[in-house]
Amino acid sequence: MSRYLLRRLIGIIPLLLGISFVVYALLNLVPGSPTDQFEFNPNIRPEDRERIEENLGLNAPWYARYFTWLANVLQGDLGNSFTNFAPVENAITAALPNTLILSVTALIFALVLSVPIGIISAVRLNSFFDRFVTMVSTAFFSIPSIWLGLLLIILFSVKFQEWGMPFSLPTGGVRDLRGESGFWDRVEHLILPAFTLGVVQLAGWTRYVRSSMLEVIRQDYIRTAEAKGLRQRAVLMGHAFRNAMLPLVTLVGLTIPDLFGGALIVENVFAYPGIGRLTVESLNQNDYSVAMAAIMMLAFLTVLGNLIADVMYGVLDPRVRFD
Amino acid sequence: MAHQSETSSAATARLADEKSKLTALDRSHLRSTPGFYNRAWGRFRKDKVAMVALVIAIAILIFSFGAPVVSELTGYGYETMDLRKKLLAPGEQGHLLGTDSNGRDILTRLAYGGRVSMMVSVLAVISALVIGGAVGSIAGYYGGFIDSVLMRLVDVVISIPGITILLLLSVWFRPGPVGLAFVIAGLAWTGISRLVRGEVLTLKNRDYIDAARVLGASNSRIIVRHIFPNVLSIIIVWMSLALPALILYEATLSYLGFGVRIPVPSWGNMLDEAKEFYRSSWTYVFIPGFAIYLAALAFNLVGDGLRDALDPRLNE
Repeated sequence: MSRYLLRRLIGIIPLLLGISFVVYALLNLVPGSPTDQFEFNPNIRPEDRERIEENLGLNAPWYARYFTWLANVLQGDLGNSFTNFAPVENAITAALPNTLILSVTALIFALVLSVPIGIISAVRLNSFFDRFVTMVSTAFFSIPSIWLGLLLIILFSVKFQEWGMPFSLPTGGVRDLRGESGFWDRVEHLILPAFTLGVVQLAGWTRYVRSSMLEVIRQDYIRTAEAKGLRQRAVLMGHAFRNAMLPLVTLVGLTIPDLFGGALIVENVFAYPGIGRLTVESLNQNDYSVAMAAIMMLAFLTVLGNLIADVMYGVLDPRVRFD
Repeated sequence: MAHQSETSSAATARLADEKSKLTALDRSHLRSTPGFYNRAWGRFRKDKVAMVALVIAIAILIFSFGAPVVSELTGYGYETMDLRKKLLAPGEQGHLLGTDSNGRDILTRLAYGGRVSMMVSVLAVISALVIGGAVGSIAGYYGGFIDSVLMRLVDVVISIPGITILLLLSVWFRPGPVGLAFVIAGLAWTGISRLVRGEVLTLKNRDYIDAARVLGASNSRIIVRHIFPNVLSIIIVWMSLALPALILYEATLSYLGFGVRIPVPSWGNMLDEAKEFYRSSWTYVFIPGFAIYLAALAFNLVGDGLRDALDPRLNE
């Protein structure tokens, strides 16, 4: 087990190196330069631009700069932003916790609801509840999160204020900028983005848990357990549940890239200052050093998520041998 | 021999008679067992949800690709601005779905935007199929070293959050609608390549493939004539389920400002333009997003129906 874990952790290294090389190449082959912002600045002459480019090391070929970048990163130096010249590390450490909080909240929200709903739906096959769940999860499965997010903002912030409802939710951001930010303030700002991000996974996982559960309860060993006279609860929880959850673990692992990709979208809809919003903003400003770090951070989280899913699968299924 | 005593014309007549009996037999036999796709269509037709979704999906396609006709009917072009008629609510002053922030008719723009969105998504699905199908069948058929290299490539592409690569590629190429389709396809091919590879792996060891090889068929003939028809149903299901996903991709990219760029309207960039006005006109935000949603939902349901109809494991 620990040997397997070690080997997988070592396996991550070439994967991340490969990703970083591809992303660096893509970013640096893009026409346009971080000094484009000075193009219409009357105080900066073309010679100054050249000098700035030389100081920033931008006149070296991109593959040479990649190895400089890599050497610096290995020493813990992510470089400086090309727009505000602050260390990239600051931007990342400010954004990363927000993204993690958002994604983990959405993940927990989706898991905690999808598992019981899916199981009840499968056990009471073709009941009113089951049909209702199937309909709603189908409806939410293809909802565009950009649209859902905007509609939620319109309903819970704009219309709730117009109608004079006792409460309304903030339109975006991560905390109230006017005063002290307490715990509830953070929660208020998290509700809409986390719901928007989680609801698509919730819909997909509910359908998955339901069909996985349906497959398991048809098996012989479930009939055997029932024939032994076990209570339905014991059969479902002790026998069916564990096996029905196996494919879900894989699925959750596989949806982790979607979760971080979705976070990128949701963060932009809600002006939520996380890694995703940082990525889009830095790409818009040609700020490659920040974009590089932000994208690598997303890729790292994704690779790590896949690894955790694989290990979890092995823990839950004793037939899987770590060799 | 007895036959020699018969006249040749009588023999021919008898032969023709025998032949017609045989063909008649053959035909009736054929009629009694409809083909795989006929039976699948029979199953699909019984699925009410899928049929309704199919009708809606076709309606959306007609509405989108008939954009010039819609423009004739409403009497507005998609770029006809009237700044005196900004942000009208649906139904006001003859604008069925209202107007946008520049006083342009939303219904007309919705049709033109749909045309671009649909074209990008359909083109992206087809290109992704070509790439993924080629990679998957080569990897599965030849196996060995080629297989492991191609599948590691798929692993790398899958383990990067797709949207970031899409952003990078569209920053790089600043593509028009057609280029955008290829950019999206450059990422969406991994799923179908895995499916095709798996299917080819099981198919290539079947007896009938060996038989074809013994008869001297070349590799390309075996892939095209003997393997492809058996992978076709998987491809159809994948296409119908990938299309809604790519519709959402296109919309999201355009919304973030990295997809179809204004002034060319797409559903995504219409939503992007509308979002600034969420306080003053909720219908302006609602309508383009609803179009994206309806299209994605309809194609998803058609895909579900096709999967149920074509899955051989569910055969009656």
